[in-house]
Amino acid sequence: MELFINQILAGIATGAIYACMALAVVMIYQAIDHLNFAQGEMAMFSTFISWQLMQWGVPYWGAFLLTLILSFIGGILIERLLFKPLTKAPILTHVAGFIALFAIINSVAGLIWDFTIKQYPTPFGSSPFLGSQLISTHQAGMIGVTVLLLIALYVFFQFTRFGLAMRAAASVPESARLVGVNTSWMIALGWGMAAAIGSIAGMLIAPVVFLEPNMMGAVVGGFLVGIIENLAGTYIPGVGNELKLPIALALIITVLVVKPAGLFGRPIVKRV
Amino acid sequence: MTALLNIRALNAYYGQVQALHGLEFSLQQGSVTTLLGANGAGKTTTLRAICNMVRTTGAIEFDGAALSSRSTENIVRLGIAHVPQGRGTFTTMTVEENLQLGAITRGDRAGVLFDIERMYAHFPVLKQRHTQQAGTLSGGEQQMLAVARALMLRPRLMLLDEPSFGLAPLIVRDLFKILGKINREDKVTMLVVEQNAQLALEIADQAYVIETGRIVMSGKANEIADNEDVRKSYLGY
Repeated sequence: MELFINQILAGIATGAIYACMALAVVMIYQAIDHLNFAQGEMAMFSTFISWQLMQWGVPYWGAFLLTLILSFIGGILIERLLFKPLTKAPILTHVAGFIALFAIINSVAGLIWDFTIKQYPTPFGSSPFLGSQLISTHQAGMIGVTVLLLIALYVFFQFTRFGLAMRAAASVPESARLVGVNTSWMIALGWGMAAAIGSIAGMLIAPVVFLEPNMMGAVVGGFLVGIIENLAGTYIPGVGNELKLPIALALIITVLVVKPAGLFGRPIVKRV
Repeated sequence: MTALLNIRALNAYYGQVQALHGLEFSLQQGSVTTLLGANGAGKTTTLRAICNMVRTTGAIEFDGAALSSRSTENIVRLGIAHVPQGRGTFTTMTVEENLQLGAITRGDRAGVLFDIERMYAHFPVLKQRHTQQAGTLSGGEQQMLAVARALMLRPRLMLLDEPSFGLAPLIVRDLFKILGKINREDKVTMLVVEQNAQLALEIADQAYVIETGRIVMSGKANEIADNEDVRKSYLGY
């Protein structure tokens, strides 16, 4: 029983990171209707930047904050330089752009930091959380940071003018411009936020990407995937650590096939 | 009376195709002007040209400011509200969020809240449905929402693209009554594109008839309405 609860909690922690990555992917998907294949690479690169900052002696939270800001700016720059010129280009051009971005970031990171495995510190420590053997403080920290991030994003999108403008730009760009929203910059802002969210995920764990176009469904789905992946890895003989990822992917595909609108997705009603 | 909007030698293009040919007209401050014509005459294109949503040459001047060098969103910020063809509803958002979006460029929170209530007074059905997803409204309700959303800007100039489209005759009467009221009370200048010429001429002061991208007739609305030849050849009633 102890092992079971232990694995569930570990699953929630991993799931939290999936949820962050899903959010980052959805953020850009909503804005430009294309799937950013390079989201994971962007998160990886951000993580390397934070690692580098710490190597230079910046304390953890300082590096965390700086990386957030740098990732935000980096995301905006990528949109302005690479994807804004492609706005009206067909989907395959975008795909090529994403793949190029993926390859470039991957190679540049390898060039700068080489491909050896680096030790990455945790600000929370890895001792048992509150004296309990069930979950480590780092895992608790991962969950905590993710929950804070979700609340912040929810408040931003539901209760601020900026959030409303971003949602409008994503849903009906032409109408958004006709009420005075600078749609083009809203997309850039979406990229910046996605990059920053990805960097949080990256800094909390090595990123694994998946997509789910329904935001809240993506979050809960992320948690579920994390939990099931961990349980399968522990309890199904022969799965182990190596085959955890295929299980997660199989699960995602199953959900997409059975419930394409998302776990709790309500299909958006459209008049035709 | 001074002109709020001045258009001179306006050409508009969709790719290689020229849709407007040297359009010239002006809108008097506080007036209602209607642009009449058949399908494909260039009415919608004229409105889109004012908001810089098509490629144009020529001069469009709003209260002394040249519009053609500005982006659509900056033109809106000058106080030009556009009720587009097809209504442009934010279908996945609530009715109230649609109204808030109309005022997204305004900073005065209290004023925005006041105006939302004012819109609910003009269009009570929107109040009943204020938390409903806007895409689930009927066509007529969405048209009212589109007009209300445009008014939320507190515009100086309102461009209306076929506000009567798809509405039941009784609702159209109501809508035009409200438009007339807003024009009188809030001094909003209006440019109304309509296929329903009879109706548009009733609330308009000035009218232009366009055909294949050229103005073929202009004059006081009541004169055009009374001119049988014009009615028969251009307006079809």
